[in-house]
Amino acid sequence: MSEPLPIVEMESISISFPGVKALDKVDFRLFPGEVHTLMGENGAGKSTLIKALTGVYKIDSGDIVIAGQSRRLTGTADAQAAGIATVYQEVNLCANLSIGENVMLGHEVRGPLGINWSATHRAAQAALDGMGLGHLDPRQPLATLSLAVQQLVAISRAMVTKTKVLILDEPTSSLDAHEVAGLFTVIRRLRDQGVAILFVSHFLDQVYAISDRLTVLRNGQYVGEYSTRELDRSMLISKMIGKDVETLRGIGSERRANHRSPGDEPLLRAEKIGRKGSIEPTDVTLHRGEILGFAGLLGSGRTELARLLCGADRPDTGRVWMRGKRTEVSNPKAGLDNRIAFSSENRRDEGIIRDLTVRENLVLAVQAKRGWARPIPRREQDALVSKYITALNVRPADPERPIKNLSGGNQQKVLLGRWLATQPDLLILDEPTRGIDVGAKAEIQLTVAQLADDGVSVVFISSELEEVVRLSDRILVLKDHRRIAELENGPGVNADTIVDIIASEVQEEVGA
Amino acid sequence: MTQTPERAATSTSGGARIVDFLDAVQRKVQERASTLPTVAALIIFVAMIVYGEIAYGRIVQFSTLSNLLINNAHLVILAVGLTFVILTGGIDLSVGAIIAFSSVAGVMLSNAGWNPYVVILLMILIGSAMGLASGILIQYFNVQPFIATLAMMFLARGLASMLSTVPERLGDDSAIRAFATQWKIIDGPKVNDLVVTPGVLIAAIVVAIGFFVLHRTRTGRTVYAIGGSEQSAELMGLPVHVTKLWIYVISGTLAGIASVVYTSRLGIAQNITGIGWELDAIAAVVIGGTLLTGGAGYVLGSVVGALVLGLMNVLITRDGGIRPEMTTIITGSILFIFVMLQRGVIGRGR
Repeated sequence: MSEPLPIVEMESISISFPGVKALDKVDFRLFPGEVHTLMGENGAGKSTLIKALTGVYKIDSGDIVIAGQSRRLTGTADAQAAGIATVYQEVNLCANLSIGENVMLGHEVRGPLGINWSATHRAAQAALDGMGLGHLDPRQPLATLSLAVQQLVAISRAMVTKTKVLILDEPTSSLDAHEVAGLFTVIRRLRDQGVAILFVSHFLDQVYAISDRLTVLRNGQYVGEYSTRELDRSMLISKMIGKDVETLRGIGSERRANHRSPGDEPLLRAEKIGRKGSIEPTDVTLHRGEILGFAGLLGSGRTELARLLCGADRPDTGRVWMRGKRTEVSNPKAGLDNRIAFSSENRRDEGIIRDLTVRENLVLAVQAKRGWARPIPRREQDALVSKYITALNVRPADPERPIKNLSGGNQQKVLLGRWLATQPDLLILDEPTRGIDVGAKAEIQLTVAQLADDGVSVVFISSELEEVVRLSDRILVLKDHRRIAELENGPGVNADTIVDIIASEVQEEVGA
Repeated sequence: MTQTPERAATSTSGGARIVDFLDAVQRKVQERASTLPTVAALIIFVAMIVYGEIAYGRIVQFSTLSNLLINNAHLVILAVGLTFVILTGGIDLSVGAIIAFSSVAGVMLSNAGWNPYVVILLMILIGSAMGLASGILIQYFNVQPFIATLAMMFLARGLASMLSTVPERLGDDSAIRAFATQWKIIDGPKVNDLVVTPGVLIAAIVVAIGFFVLHRTRTGRTVYAIGGSEQSAELMGLPVHVTKLWIYVISGTLAGIASVVYTSRLGIAQNITGIGWELDAIAAVVIGGTLLTGGAGYVLGSVVGALVLGLMNVLITRDGGIRPEMTTIITGSILFIFVMLQRGVIGRGR
């Protein structure tokens, strides 16, 4: 690659928040006509770096040079004026306005009678044409478009302002494969026009498909800048997490090596439990120290079954035995009393309480179990919290920080800690690793494996079949709200096996 | 929306034309579901006129309609101001009290011999200043709009009461009264004249400017964007902070103007004037189809909303059988129906 002058040069940028060094002397440069990916785990400082570049955060020290000029940006409008536009993960457009109005907001074409709407709509149409969205009518309401198309509309909007640097912060996280391909076509076209593109994504395949260059951050520190072609995936992952990849790969085989045959008395035996409209009557058996994976597509009934087991929903049919005794788990409190803990897939709405601190979030379940009349003494709380922060490697290790300020992976660790603190015999984890990065994912998987070794039974639900196969001792396969198969995990079982079962759905009770 | 040439050519008969028109309206409404409540307000307004004409008579005539405009000019002006505020998702509870303060201060100064034009300017500026104070509290001290304007409401009401607690009569020769001069546009039989006052004219100008600002300036578009999503608006680089400040200044200023118009018509100012008018204005805005959560609505809808409220009072007076105490219950019912209607529209939009 010939080396023209970089359009953005950030040198030894540092930003501190109370108690944390979010960025520590980080360098970053971006050239016109390249796609440059910022890689790092959650909490590595990617978002902070982007916010420093767009003027949302003030930098403590360092230098930002844009197009040869040293700049101190003061906000989005200022960044736009300097030719930097950002498209965020949650599309930041106004759903109450039309497509054209959104594209042109703040840049409407004006005449002697105020905004000239027909000229504005023509300009919007031209911008949309440039993104291959010529078929859209700018007068249509934005709300009618899919998220993927809205994202492209947001990019069209960025290009209206003569953008030289386009920042795409996790643009693909809610798109399907086809939509991602469409987005990439647009990104390549813009790159060829000389736009510098800063790309952030958790999906390694996508990173390798689109980017020319990578900058890796870890714990707010600069690890290095690499050409994508020269750095293979396992190298990249180990640079991101600072650990050898083999540790990661080891989990699965380790589990199987340590696997003990289940005892006679199952911890939980459910017979034909079901609930109208959510899951057909299903049998579930779970032994102590066993990990039972629920595999199936989104909406197959995985979550519904889990909710019945923990008492979040009330089953209308079936019977449940816990430790050999007939039990009714009709509400979450009864679930807790039976030492069943359920961590919801909806981290934001059913998991964390955003404005409370890490400590307050962590002790919630224990407190609920004790009852509100008996508050946990502060010293006991602190001991509990510091134990789990250390055990689960929550970063930053500050119990008094509002949980909303933590990255997704660390929030998930706190939630895991919340349920572990209740010392459950049965832990139900619904999508515990969704939307979090490789490092945190590995840590959570390791924790789950250790828990099982310590005798806790785990129900593990995940959309990532590889993950289910790696961790589970047995796998229950669900489809269309019913159980279609149950298999012992072992050699020869892999993600494809399960995909085949779901696709063909002829086998019942496949033994291995 | 535009008819195809062939279709226009074939649809020459009246019936076909009406069908075409209804078609176009239907398409327009489907395209923009947010217009539905405003259209509904218009339909209700027309229905009320028709009902009034049939049941009581003498509604569709110049004198009644003129009086409707003259008596509600101040409410229309307030409703325009609140449309801006509510479009951003905010609220302004201070406008009624601002009218009381501005009105009492204006009459007392005028009677003390101040130049009437200076007094008028001052009456308007009192409104602007109180609006600015609300805006600063909301924008820079992060106070909820409800609380900030509630505080300004108490402040303005208190200041008015400190000035005087008895009705203050405006001198008969005061130039302020000029705003209530009745201009006969059409001299009908008996007293059935089409009459317009400068107050009505001012209200019309305010509506026109309000419409222009909201639909033809970037400030206006920012107002809608803030109502849609304040965070998005900010990330799009729009001047959210300044605009939010302006919104309350506009609302306060219009309350000052409404005070001038109202004072000139009545000729009396009192510290208890305008109690509950902020709620009337909010009701007018909501009935006119503006979403209380912001982001969708029209100034013209608010005008219709204000006139619906005004017409309702006329009809209740004409009926004679309905006790005036019932007015608020009926207002409440209409408001309730409209909010339900809006919910339906939002529900379908998603």
